[in-house]
This record gives sequence, structure tokens and C-alpha cells, in this order.
Amino acid sequence: MNIAWQTSVGKALSNRSFFIGLIITGAIALAALVSFVWTPYPVGAFDIAGKLKPPSATHWLGTDHFGRDILSMIMIGSRNSIAVAFISVAIGAGIGVPLGLWGAASGSFVDEVLVRFNDLVFAFPALLSAVMITAVFGPGTINAIVAIGIFNIPVFARVARAAALSLWPREFVIAASAVGKSTARITLDHILPNVAPLLIVQGTIQFSLGILAEAGLSYVGLGSQPPMPSWGRMLFEAQTMISIAPHMALFPGLAIVITVLGLNLLGDGLRDVLDPKFE
Amino acid sequence: MLSYFAKRTMIGILTLLAASIIVFAVLEVVPGDPARLMLGMNATDDAVRALQEQMGLNQPLLLRYLSWLGGLLGGDLGRSYTYSVPVFDLITERVAVSLPLALASLAMSTLIAIPVGMFTASNRGKLSDTATMGIAQIGVAIPSFWFALLLVYVFAVTLRLLPAGGFPGWNAGLGAGLKSLILPSIALALPQAAILARITRSALLDVLGEDYIRTARAKGLSKRQILYRHALRNALIPVLTILGLQFAFLLAGTIIIENVFYLPGLGRLVFQAITQRDLIVVEGVVMLLVATVIIVNLLVDLSYAIVDPRLRSQQ
Repeated sequence: MNIAWQTSVGKALSNRSFFIGLIITGAIALAALVSFVWTPYPVGAFDIAGKLKPPSATHWLGTDHFGRDILSMIMIGSRNSIAVAFISVAIGAGIGVPLGLWGAASGSFVDEVLVRFNDLVFAFPALLSAVMITAVFGPGTINAIVAIGIFNIPVFARVARAAALSLWPREFVIAASAVGKSTARITLDHILPNVAPLLIVQGTIQFSLGILAEAGLSYVGLGSQPPMPSWGRMLFEAQTMISIAPHMALFPGLAIVITVLGLNLLGDGLRDVLDPKFE
Repeated sequence: MLSYFAKRTMIGILTLLAASIIVFAVLEVVPGDPARLMLGMNATDDAVRALQEQMGLNQPLLLRYLSWLGGLLGGDLGRSYTYSVPVFDLITERVAVSLPLALASLAMSTLIAIPVGMFTASNRGKLSDTATMGIAQIGVAIPSFWFALLLVYVFAVTLRLLPAGGFPGWNAGLGAGLKSLILPSIALALPQAAILARITRSALLDVLGEDYIRTARAKGLSKRQILYRHALRNALIPVLTILGLQFAFLLAGTIIIENVFYLPGLGRLVFQAITQRDLIVVEGVVMLLVATVIIVNLLVDLSYAIVDPRLRSQQ
């Protein structure tokens, strides 16, 4: 176990995608953490005299139409993006993985129903779920989480099911069932640990998609509401100022691109390292 | 082949039915009293009763669902509460903007992605491959609505070549209409193309490693012949699958992009309907989009059988 882990870690760090991805993701996570104790300026502080200022030594990324420091807002906004993406991945994996494993373990009818259920949920992109939820309950961060979380369920169910299906006919699983282990026991002891690497890779991908989806939802007003800074919302506010203050649109967008890029590189790297198919 | 078609179509119809139940349940059952939700808390009881009457809310749930479903099939999506016109008319008017936008960006992304995927796959490991895939990796990370803002800044604000937003209507002439869709469709297409190019490349690389490709090469076929005649055809299946799956994202993207460019499409319609609590319009638009996603995926599945003869004999 330890040796296996050491080899994996060594292999991971020598993988270029993984390494770059890890550094970018780590830096974003660090910025989010630091924002809890320190930001260059308080984001609630309006400074109308200093509004719409381009990047300078005092405000590295400039100020917005209320004179708020854009770097500080991006730092605080990262918490929102990360939290929404993380919880939606947790919802998707928490429900999808058991469903997928169950389908693979029980086969035939249950499996068929689950596959069809997956197809059905796939027809509701996060945006459409969010539209429906918002129409009924009004806008808010929770909507975004629920909508993206629902969309993640079939994704995880599919990955878990496909991987589990390929494991069930393997000898070590047949041996476990020969010694009398129950289906549930085998799933927990033998299937899940072997499926886990794939799920981690998928989790990284869904995390990055979650960041993109959250930005889109808060951009159109279906996600986080002001005064809570969020990257999507910042871009929405930047839109009307684009001719006089293009920096307002530039930096929150770059924050999204860099975060998503980092997570995608991390995911690609993890796949190379964890997925035996790619060895 | 017929039984494959029949089975797949049957599943598609069942999925559509299930989706309609979900849409109906969320928008008409979950709110408790949709009429009250639409009119707001300050509405008089008489007004609420009148709307309940108009929406048929006094009938039993099952009957309401069936009459809504029957309406859907006959193209009757109810009456918009705020616009006082049939929702069907509102939607057809807006589809005239959204559909050309979605199709243009779909065509653009496919036309960019497949040649790029083929080029990089046949130059695997070379600098051109690495550089192109590096750009694609960044392209995948770009939100289309942010890319749209950048395009507006460059082509509308700075260069003044194209309109920053708005739509003159098709009556103003094909040229003017198309011109206002250029930036939105580029904004949608390029990030999609990045995803698709990556898929095309890896699907082609998988195929190029197969034995029959080696056989073809041993037979003396040129690289180009192998790529077009043998590899591309077989690589099309995963590409088609992703195209189908991406379609849902494309629709979602279209709705968001319409907001960047103030285009009077389905996206504007549905967001206005949300602020005005016009649940009937929301219901109609969501159902239309969900149905489109399901039907497109059904068509993709059916087209497998055409692209891949092996699937026809399978069940």
C-alpha cells in the first residue's frame, strides 16, 4: 500500500499536467483561504471618487463602478465558486455513485431503470433546472448548487456503473463471492476502491464544469445574489461598462479561465497517473 | 436494424413523457398554488380565483396534466399571463432568433473542430500538435459569455465592425439579421470547437492504433487515404456522441449568450418570464428545450446505426 502510494505520488509529480494543474489549483485555493482573513481592501467599501480606475500600484486589478477593489472581489468571489462547485460535486457523487454501483451489482431490471433515469436527468442541463427552480423559489446560491448537483448525478452514476460492470466478472470478485461475501460487502470492499481513481478524475472534471456553470448562472442572475461577490455577477456588472472600463470584464473572466484550466490539467494528470488504461 | 430503431424510438418517447411529468410537477405542483405565486402575495382573492379558473387549477391534478400534455401535442402551450398571447406564438417568434444562432454555432464549431482534430492527430507529438492542443486546452476553460464580452470589446467597441448587440429582426433583411448573429455565434462556437477538437483527436488516435490501420498501411495506402477512408469514419461515433451531449450545453449557452447581446430569443423570453413570474411561459420554454435535447440525442443514437453497420444487427 505504502509503496504503491509512493510510486503514485512520484509518478504524479513527474507528470507535467498534474504538476502545473496542482500549482494553479493550489494557488486559487490559497487565495480563497487567505480571503477569509485578509483582502487588499474590504469589499464592502465603496469609493465613488476612485471608481472605474484601471490597474495601478494601489489597486492591482483596478476598481469597479462603485470603486471597489477588483482583486479583493475576485478573492472573495473564489470562495463562492469553489463552494458551489464542491457541494454540487458532493451531491452528484453522493447520489450518483451509489446508484451506479447498485445498477452494476444488481443487473437487469434495476440497471435498465437506472440507465433510463440517467438519460432523463441528462436532458436537464443545469441552466434549465436552475430556470425552473428560480421560477418557483426565487434566485439564490442554493438554486445553483441544487441545479448543478442534479446535473452531476447521472455523470457519476455512469462512470461508477461502467467501471463496476467491468470489475464484476474479474477473478478477485468471483473469489470474494465464492467465500460467501454479500453483494453489498463486495461492492464496498472490492468494487468501490477500484472504481475510486476514476471517480476522483471525474470529480475534478465536474468541479471545473461546476465553476463554469456557477459563473454562467450568476451571470444571468440565477445564482448568487449581490452583495455577495461572485465571478459571474462581476462579469454581468462589467458588461454595461465594457467601453469605459474593459478591465472590469477582463480580470474576473481570467480568474474563471485560470481556475478551470488548472482543474482540467489536474484532472488530465490524475487520469494519466490513476487510470491503468493510460499506462 | 428496424428493431433497433423501434426500440430506441420507444425509449425516446418514454423519456419525453417522464420529462414532461418532471416539468409539470416542478412548475405546477411544487409551488402549491401557481396562481398565487404568479400574482404575488398582495393579489386579491378574486384575482387569484380568476387566474385559477383560467389556468384550470380547480381540476384534479391528473386531469390537468393530461390536458396540458394534450395541449403540448397539439401545439397549445397555454396563454402567457403577462403578454396575454398564446405561449406557442411567443416561442415561435423567439425561436426565429435562437435556432439560427444555435445552428450557426454548431456548424461553425464542427467545421473548425474536425479538421483541427484530424490535423493534430496526424501530426501527433509534433510542435504543431502540442501548440494546437495547448490552445484547445485553454479554449475548453473559457466561458462563452466572457469570450462574448471580449469580442464585443474588440469588434464592436474598438473596431466598430459589428453591432455590440440587439437584433433588427429578419424583416430588416437577411444581411442585417445575420450580421447581428456573427459575434454571438463565434462566442458560442469557439469554446465548443475546443472541446470537440480534443475529442476528435483522441478518437482518431484510438482508431489509428488499430490493426486494420496497419493492414491498410501495409497495403500501401497513403496517409491521407487511411485518414479519410478508414480512420475518420470509425472515429465519428465518439465524436457524434459528444456532439449530441454537447447539444444540451449549446442550448444553455445560447440562452446565456442572448443576454450578452440583447438578442430577443428564447433566453430573453425565459428570463423575463422568471422576473414576471409567468410560470406558463417558463413551462413552455423549458419543455421545448428539454424535448429538443432528448430528440437530438435520439437522432444521434439512430444515426449510429447509419454510421456503424455493426450496430444494426445488434439489439
